[in-house]
Amino acid sequence: MTAQPLLALDSLGVSIGDAQIVNNLSFHVSRGEIVGLVGASGSGKSMTALAIMQLLPVGARLSGAVRLHGAVLSTMSEAELQGVRGRDIGMVFQEPMTALNPSMRIGDQVAETVRLHGKVSSSKANAMARDALDSVGLRGDAGAFDRYPHELSGGQRQRVAIAIAVVLRPSLLIADEPTTALDVATQAQILVLLRELVRERRMGLILVSHDMAVIAEATHRIVVLHEGAIVEEGRTAEVLLHPRHPYTKALLAAAELPPKRPSAPVISSSPILDVRGIVREYPRKRRSFWHAPLKFRAVDGVSLTIHPGENVGLVGESGSGKSTLLRAILALEKPQAGEVRLVGEAFSTANGSKLRRLRRSIQAVFQDPYGSFDPQWSVERLIAEPYYLMDTPPSVAERRRRIAAVLDQVGLAPADGARYPHEFSGGQRQRIAIARALITEPAVIAFDEAVSALDVLVRAQILDLLGELSSKLKLAYLFVSHDLNVVRAIADRVYVMQRGRIVEHGPTASVFASPQHAYTRELLAAAPRIHTASA
Amino acid sequence: MRSPRGVGVAVGAGITLAFIGMAVLAQFWTPYDPQALKIIDKLQAPGWQHWFGTDQLGRDVLSMIMAGAKNSVGVALLSVVIGLGAGVPLGLLAAARGGAIDEIIMRGNDLIFAFPSLLLAILITAVFGPGAGNAIVAIGIFNIPVFARVTRGAGLALWTRDYTAAARVAGKGPFRISFEHILPNLLGLLVVQGTIQFSLGVIAEAGLSYVGLGAQPPTPSWGRMLNDAQTLTVPAPRLALYPGLAVLLFVLGLNLLGDGLRSRREQ
Repeated sequence: MTAQPLLALDSLGVSIGDAQIVNNLSFHVSRGEIVGLVGASGSGKSMTALAIMQLLPVGARLSGAVRLHGAVLSTMSEAELQGVRGRDIGMVFQEPMTALNPSMRIGDQVAETVRLHGKVSSSKANAMARDALDSVGLRGDAGAFDRYPHELSGGQRQRVAIAIAVVLRPSLLIADEPTTALDVATQAQILVLLRELVRERRMGLILVSHDMAVIAEATHRIVVLHEGAIVEEGRTAEVLLHPRHPYTKALLAAAELPPKRPSAPVISSSPILDVRGIVREYPRKRRSFWHAPLKFRAVDGVSLTIHPGENVGLVGESGSGKSTLLRAILALEKPQAGEVRLVGEAFSTANGSKLRRLRRSIQAVFQDPYGSFDPQWSVERLIAEPYYLMDTPPSVAERRRRIAAVLDQVGLAPADGARYPHEFSGGQRQRIAIARALITEPAVIAFDEAVSALDVLVRAQILDLLGELSSKLKLAYLFVSHDLNVVRAIADRVYVMQRGRIVEHGPTASVFASPQHAYTRELLAAAPRIHTASA
Repeated sequence: MRSPRGVGVAVGAGITLAFIGMAVLAQFWTPYDPQALKIIDKLQAPGWQHWFGTDQLGRDVLSMIMAGAKNSVGVALLSVVIGLGAGVPLGLLAAARGGAIDEIIMRGNDLIFAFPSLLLAILITAVFGPGAGNAIVAIGIFNIPVFARVTRGAGLALWTRDYTAAARVAGKGPFRISFEHILPNLLGLLVVQGTIQFSLGVIAEAGLSYVGLGAQPPTPSWGRMLNDAQTLTVPAPRLALYPGLAVLLFVLGLNLLGDGLRSRREQ
C-alpha cells in the first residue's frame, strides 16, 4: 500500500443539534479499491458520504478531518470545494429518476458537468460526454446522447448518473445505494460496471448500502456502521466468513433469509383464489387516425391458484406484468378475458353488494410505505377504512376494540391509533398497512412488493411477522416480489412470470433447487449471494 | 430566521388584509358619502378635509376608493367562488373517470380558454346588460377551466398513490374517494390558485368597469374612476393616480401572498 491513501477520514464526527449522528469515524480508501459502507438506515452511512463531499445539511456540525490526496477538505472554502466536487469526487445517488433533469437530453446533462468545471468548448464537452456514455455501456443504444431521461429504463438512467459522476475522471467515486431502486438483473449489471470502472481507471469507490449481499458481491473491504460508529472493519471475505460483532452477524442473517419451512401439503381443499386465463391489454399509442391502435398485452393468459392458508409467491422483473395481474386479481381493473374466482364465487364480474361482500375476503398491502396512507387521516381511521365493506359496520366501541386488537397483532400499541402516518418509520408503516388488511378478517392478502422499500433488518422482522400471522390466522398470501430471496423466505409455492406469462411454477424449494426455465435460471444467477462471493 | 420569501408572505398578507378590511369598513362607514355630489367642492387638492382630495363632481376620493374596494373584493371573490364551485367538481370528475368523460371536460375547458377572456366578458355584458352581477358571471366563467385543470392535474397525481388503491380495495367508489382522499389533499393548492385568480379578478373587474361594463354609476368602482380621470389628466393627475395605485397595490399584495403560499407548499 502506498504511503498516502487516496482518501483518509480522521476521527470524523457529525452532529445536528444535540444528536451525534456520526462519531469518531476513521478509515481510508486507496486507489483501485472498493470499500463498502454498510449499516441499517439511521446508522449514519449516508451522512458520512455527504460529510466527505462537504455537503452536510444546514445546521450540521463537522469535526475531525477529511483528506483527499492529503489536502484537508474540511478547511476549504465553498469555491474551492465546488472545484473538487465533480472533478475529484463523483457521486451517484439511489434514485436515478430524480437525479436527472427530466427536460434535458442526457448528453447535454453529461456535457454540462464538463462545462461547469472549466473553459471547454462545447464540441469538446460533447465529445467527453460521448466517451463517458460509451464507458458506462450506453454506446449500443442508438442516439442515447439525444434521448430524454423518461425514454430510458431505470438501469439505463442509473448508467447516465454514473456517466455524469465519472465524466471528469474523478479519483474517488461515492455511490449511495446505487442499486437499491433496481431489480436483480439490472443490479448485477450496474455492480459489474462499477467494478470495471474502478479497475480501468484506478479510482477509489465507496459503495454505501444496507444490503450485505450487494456489498459482498462488489467490495474489497467492508466498514460496518452502527449508530454512527464503526463496529467492524476488514477485508470483505474475512468479515463475511468470520463476523465478530453481533450487529454484523444480524445484517448477514437478514441478507441471507432462511427459506420457509415447507408446510404440510394442502390436499383436497378447493382453491380459495382461482385465477383462470387472465388477459389484460392496453392500447399502444395511436399511429394512424384510420386504424385502431395496436395493443400491448401486459398479462397474457395467466392462471394460478391459492389454497386456504397457503403462501404463494409471484416473481419476475419489473415490467413482467405482475403488478398489472395483481390489480386484475384485486378487481381494480377489468381483464379483457379470463376470470377470478374468490371463495368459490365469481369475483372479477361481481358488482354491487356482492362485490363488496367478496372484497372482505381479499385485502392488499402495497409497496410504498409512504404512499399507502392518506397523510391527513389518523391511523385509526385508516385501519378502519375497509369497514366500509360491511353492510352493518360495527359499533364505535367494537370498532375501537378491533382496531386495538389488530394493532397488537402487528406489534404496535393501541395508542398508536390516534397518531398520523408521518410519525412512523417505514417498517412501522408497513405494519399499519398489514393491520388495515387484517381488519375485515380476510382469507387472502395480496402483497405488492410489500417489503422492497424496507431496510434489510426491518424486512426480516416484517417477514417474521407475516409468517407468524399466516400460521396463526390460517391466512393465504399472494406475495408479489422481484426479490427471490424474499419470496423464498415466505412462499410455499412460487410462480415465475416473464413478459406477461407464467413460465414456471412449483414448490418453492424445487424451483430454487432445479429451475426448469432459462429465465428462472437467469434470475437466480443474477441475485447477489454472500457465500459464493466470498468463497 | 426569516427568509425573504417569508417576508413576502407577511407583506402580501398585510396588504391583502388591509384592502379587505377597507372593503368591509366601507360597508358601514366612509368619511363622506362616496355618491354625494357637491359641485362647489370640486377638484380640491388633498388636505385635512379630504385626504385624497375631491373629483370633478366634488365627491371625496378616499371614500370612493374605499367603496371601490368593496365593489372590487365582492366581484373578485364571487367570481372565484363560481370558478371553484364549478371547476373543482369538473376536475375531480375528469381525474376520477378518465377516458371519454375526461376528454369531453378538458376539451370543453380548452374551448373556453380559446376565447379572448375580456372579449367574451364584453360579449356577455353586452348581451345581458352591464352591471356588477353580469361582470361576476363573466369573470367567473373564466375561472372555471383554471380550477378544473389544476384540480384534474393534481388529482391525477394523487390517483397514482397507493392510498387510492387501498380505498378501492376497501370497496369505495371513485366519487367517494374523490371527496374523502383527493379533495382534502388538494385544498392547499386550491387556496394558492384561488389567491391568484382573486388578483386576476380584481384586474378584470377594473378593466370591465373601465370600459363601462362593470358596476354602473353611481356605484363607485376603481375602473370607472380611472376612466373618469382620463379627461382630467392635466389639471388633476392624482385622480388617476389613486385608483391606479389601489389596483396595483391590491394585486401586488395578492400575488406576493399567492407566490409565498405556493413556495411554502413546495418545501
